[in-house]
Amino acid sequence: MSQATEAGPATARPARLPPTTDDGFVGWLRKNLFSSIGNSITTIVVVAFLVWLITWFVDWALLHATFRAETGKDCAKSSGACWALIGEKFRYIFFGSFPYEQHWRPLFAIITMIAMLLLSSDRRMWNWRLAVIWPVGSFITFLLMFGQIHIPVTLIFLVALIAGLGGFLLRRDVADQGERVAYMALMAIGAVYLVLRILGVLPGLAIPIAPFSYVETGLWGGLAVTMILATYGLAFAFPYGILLALGRRSNLPLIRGLCVGFIELIRGVPLISLLIMASLMLPLFLPSGMNFDKFLRAQVAVILFAGAYIAEIVRGGLQSLPKGQFEAADAMGLNYVQKTVFIVLPQALRVVIPPLINTFIGFFKDTSLVLIIGIFDFLSTSNQALVDPLWTGYPGEVYLFAAAVYFFFCFSMSRYSKYLERELNKGTQR
Amino acid sequence: MAVRNLDAAPTVIELDQVNKWYGQFHVLTDIDLQVKQSEKIVICGPSGSGKSTLIRCINRLEEHQAGTIAVSVDGRRIELTSDVKNVEAIRKEVGMVFQSFNLFPHLTILDNLTLAPIWVKKMPKKEAEDIAMGLLRRVRIPEQAQKYPGQLSGGQQQRVAIARALCMRPQIMLFDEPTSALDPEMVKEVLDVMIELAGEGMTMLVVTHEMGFARSVADRVIFMDRGEIVEQGPPTEFFANPRNERTRTFLSQILHH
Ligand SMILES: Nc1ncnc2c1ncn2[C@@H]1O[C@H](COP(=O)(O)OP(=O)(O)OP(=O)(O)O)[C@@H](O)[C@H]1O
Ligand SMILES: [Mg+2]
Repeated sequence: MSQATEAGPATARPARLPPTTDDGFVGWLRKNLFSSIGNSITTIVVVAFLVWLITWFVDWALLHATFRAETGKDCAKSSGACWALIGEKFRYIFFGSFPYEQHWRPLFAIITMIAMLLLSSDRRMWNWRLAVIWPVGSFITFLLMFGQIHIPVTLIFLVALIAGLGGFLLRRDVADQGERVAYMALMAIGAVYLVLRILGVLPGLAIPIAPFSYVETGLWGGLAVTMILATYGLAFAFPYGILLALGRRSNLPLIRGLCVGFIELIRGVPLISLLIMASLMLPLFLPSGMNFDKFLRAQVAVILFAGAYIAEIVRGGLQSLPKGQFEAADAMGLNYVQKTVFIVLPQALRVVIPPLINTFIGFFKDTSLVLIIGIFDFLSTSNQALVDPLWTGYPGEVYLFAAAVYFFFCFSMSRYSKYLERELNKGTQR
Repeated sequence: MAVRNLDAAPTVIELDQVNKWYGQFHVLTDIDLQVKQSEKIVICGPSGSGKSTLIRCINRLEEHQAGTIAVSVDGRRIELTSDVKNVEAIRKEVGMVFQSFNLFPHLTILDNLTLAPIWVKKMPKKEAEDIAMGLLRRVRIPEQAQKYPGQLSGGQQQRVAIARALCMRPQIMLFDEPTSALDPEMVKEVLDVMIELAGEGMTMLVVTHEMGFARSVADRVIFMDRGEIVEQGPPTEFFANPRNERTRTFLSQILHH
């Protein structure tokens, strides 16, 4: 304390410290829990209830629990939880009907997806790195899940064409000679191949990458399914929802009408009906012979649904921007895309982080509705684990376990939302 | 202020019989205005008289419905039509400063300045930053370059806004009440920057009620009322013997306050 005065300003007014507010543990207790008779009674009642609850839970979940048992009958000898059931069934709960001896594949797929999500949650990665992380991560994930992937050569050349075209258009004015030539070469190679392919000169080849045995989506199940549906559902729905929101504010009546129509239509029906439509009715409309995978159809339904909700949230953010921001951008001569990318979206999205993450959490849980159309997500496999006649009578344990896993993911997202808000508002607070 | 011969200078802004309506409300009526290169014009008039609307028509923040507006860019006369190319060409040459600053709160001061030069003028980042730092020194806040707008005072923010507009190297600057949102002690620091800019020969259209600024800097003062240009002239004449009754009423209100 003495150095505070020594280091004080030259005007020689001694620096004064704020009064201490730390009155120790007892002081804190008195101030926060026992400040009046009413508060004291409330505190005592609540504490008593908590103690009773925790004792009961510890007793049930630990002291009298059965951790090892041959069948459910052995669990009945004790009054506590039957965790042996989880031990017996957890592989089915996590991986569903995926071939038993191949369970390491969905396990590593889940780990890959978690790594991908963790990496992309870091703000320093929000640049070209995302364009590497996601294709690579997705490739590994789906290679593990399917076991074999056939990459059409046409796709490779199409990507080359798009990359060349995109690079050329976006960086035309800033790129040096060498970079420009590279883009043009990419474009030329892609275009030539595609023309020859369309003319039928070249055969349609595919590069097979087949390190493992093939496992069709019908056998996928458990946490991997939930994670794929949620991760890719939201990864596609997010940009798509942003485009819908921008379209809804467009000056072009046709685009605006389409976006409004789509958003209202999707928001007007429950997700279940959309899923049922995707699984039962869509095949009726498609020409015979053309058949989309059921899993893919469910995934598309989730994307469409989430997109409409995200669009409305983003629209709220767009509307919160003061008119002056648009005017300043216009007056500087920024075009629509520049204005949207540099000025409008960064500000609009910042504002809507909490409702956005809230929706993400909701959708993570809503993916469990796919069980209606016979896709075995994490909740369905948990349900299925209960039907074993040898282990009847312990639904609580399984649901508690499932709830804990869901909670882990949802709570992580919720914490991330907090972190993101703080991180993005650094320095910009007024 | 040195007496300059504006008659010899080329015309850079031309408004001919410009009319604009908001719905039924006739906000600009038959506006004729010619601005010479490096001329300084101060526009004043009661609230709601259409001053902001007039200067915002020049860079197409507002669209006029009748008459023509043309701006000369590098000696080439460009007319404001719905052609986006023309609008973009004009906006590159016309900088604007707003009453409420309108800085981008999520970007640092330096990024606020360099955004448009880099993306609109396709300037290399390094060059844009050099120009930006030079301008920040000129408006006397180079040390704030890495801060965010929310961390600056109003006067500092408005000086940043001026520097941001100048960073595009415009030939013409529009100011819409640049000091009205400022606390009195900050008005001077902004006006000083504007006076300096005027001394360098910038063409300026300034909507303001700072009559001191008008007296010392303006070549011409324009008085607007109900969407019309009621009276205009050199500041000495304009303030000494206003001819129109409405001008006299306005001046007496604003000067005896
Ligand atoms: N978007 C709009 N829609 C309808 N009326 C408008 C709109 N913008 C401005 N007006 C009206 O047009 C008139 C002129 O507005 P303008 O902002 O040009 O006035 P001003 O002379 O700049 O006034 P002030 O000194 O208050 O800024 C006002 O009566 C205003 O109410
Ligand atoms: Mg105004």
